[in-house]
Amino acid sequence: MILKGEGITKEFIRESRGSNRFTAVSDTDIILEAGKLTVLNGRSGSGKTTLLNMLCGLLPPTRGKVLLDSEDIYSLDDKRLSMLRNQRFGIIPQGQTAIHSLTVKENILLPCTLYGSPDSSDEARAKELMERLDIAGLSEIRPAKLSGGELRRMSIARALIRRPEVIFADEPTGDLDDENTAAVFGFLQNAAKEGAAVLVVTHESLAADYADSVLAMTAGKLKE
Amino acid sequence: MFRSLPFKNLRGKPLRTAVLVTLTALLALTFLAGTLTVSSLRSGLASLENRLGAEIIVVPYEATTKKSFENIVLQGSTGYFYMDKQLADKVCSAEGIGQCSSQFYLASTSAGCCSIPVQIIGFDPDTDFTVQPWIRRSFDEPLGDGDIVVGNDLNAFVGDSLQFYGVECRVAAKLDKTGTSFDTTVFANMDTVKRMTRASLDKGLNSFKNIDPEKVVSCILINTSDERSADEVLNDINIHNKKVKAVRTKEMISGVSDSLGGVSRIVGILIAAVWLLGGVILLLAFTMSVNERKKEFAVLRVIGASRGKLARTVMAESLAVGVLGSLIGIGLGLLIMLPFAGAIEELLAMPYLLPDAGKIAVLAAGAAGASILTGVLAAAVSAYRISRMDTGVILRGDN
Repeated sequence: MILKGEGITKEFIRESRGSNRFTAVSDTDIILEAGKLTVLNGRSGSGKTTLLNMLCGLLPPTRGKVLLDSEDIYSLDDKRLSMLRNQRFGIIPQGQTAIHSLTVKENILLPCTLYGSPDSSDEARAKELMERLDIAGLSEIRPAKLSGGELRRMSIARALIRRPEVIFADEPTGDLDDENTAAVFGFLQNAAKEGAAVLVVTHESLAADYADSVLAMTAGKLKE
Repeated sequence: MFRSLPFKNLRGKPLRTAVLVTLTALLALTFLAGTLTVSSLRSGLASLENRLGAEIIVVPYEATTKKSFENIVLQGSTGYFYMDKQLADKVCSAEGIGQCSSQFYLASTSAGCCSIPVQIIGFDPDTDFTVQPWIRRSFDEPLGDGDIVVGNDLNAFVGDSLQFYGVECRVAAKLDKTGTSFDTTVFANMDTVKRMTRASLDKGLNSFKNIDPEKVVSCILINTSDERSADEVLNDINIHNKKVKAVRTKEMISGVSDSLGGVSRIVGILIAAVWLLGGVILLLAFTMSVNERKKEFAVLRVIGASRGKLARTVMAESLAVGVLGSLIGIGLGLLIMLPFAGAIEELLAMPYLLPDAGKIAVLAAGAAGASILTGVLAAAVSAYRISRMDTGVILRGDN
């Protein structure tokens, strides 16, 4: 499995009138390979999250292609692209992203219940992830009662529940202490070792210690 | 579990859900109450038309100055007036008369059946063509002396004995519901009512002190023959008989019909206003809810929910709210409209007859359908917005 971004560009219109266009990502090539953890860092507003969103099928590029095993994912209709995200991608968005009407376990199993019912292997995987992420005792708790670190670990477990081929993590340690930060990076490194392609967008300098490659983004341009 | 997400969302926001359910219930209640009122008024009018069965009614001239005259003649409200029987004979023998029959009115003091006075109508079984066809549906025998037929709302049953001014009467039959004051009216043959009238005069309880029941009648009901039109006969009667007034029953009903039209319009405007208001509030509520939950929907997109799936989640929520609200609204509507039909009839002072159970069920289903549809349409706007939202931009906006 290989995920490629070829010449991808994203422009936003800053004002509803006039032609004040802002280029967030400019003509960027990137490759994510199975078994490798890639760290993407850069200053705020440099275009890291926009690039990640384009690569994971959430934000169509203005120009360029995102190829998964040589198929442009944006040539798929919404239903198929959604299925792709559900079955082959694991995404850890920035910030807290819990569904508050569901328990921790239900949040983690949500990708499995979107298009069917969770089977025993899904339940076992959820249990395993909760144990590895040290949130097993919280499975029946609602997210409102969790700390920031626990919520982040729940979000990671949800992204990994379907054993995705590509993992996208956007600032996964943004609000965590050093101990939790190290644990999260270690966990993502393990996921890469198990065969996933991992892209981590972060400000955290510690991330480089876990990375197979480190990319830097400046003003919408990528540098190795 | 994903299928139950809409229900978990609804449970997770109890206040918002309660407001939405209340609004939908209010819509359903208004739809049902409005349509049921108009339907009952129409049934009442139809029932009234059926009951009349005469083209022309002739009454003493002074009676037409009474405010309640039309209600007494049309609906059996309590009240009475008399004219010389000879005048009745003269009118009935005029040219162009097909059917002609007199009636005799008397209002009771409170009797055993009733806490309020009831109207007593005496008819001539030999010439009557308006009361007997109706009575025959409940009682297909000639009414004997002392036999009475009672309206549906009176607390008297076949075989009961009732006294009017001391005259003992036997209940021979109970009539079908009409939705008019006929439901509290007592019918008897002319001889029985005259006996009661004589007793009322003897007891000093009749507001007419010096009448001889054998020489008066209250009104004459006429159907014309094919030779002359109703208008010609009516003009003839009014020109040649100074002490009476002939009136077309259609014209009398048209007053009720006009009032019904007015009430229907008001109810229609009320329904439209509530629908519009409810629709706008539901639209705002769903829009606010969607704005508040943008991040949640974005997360669902992230984990692979398609645009269609998100839209269906919102629609499922609105459908659940709609079904629950409608059931509550319909239940409340039936609890208010059915037991208090009598009070509503009194309040409207118009013929009011509840439709049969089948029609009520159809109206209830229609009201539920309309309120569910309103909620679903309001939610559809939000569902469309969700399906169009750009997840990347929403997530980026949170950075």
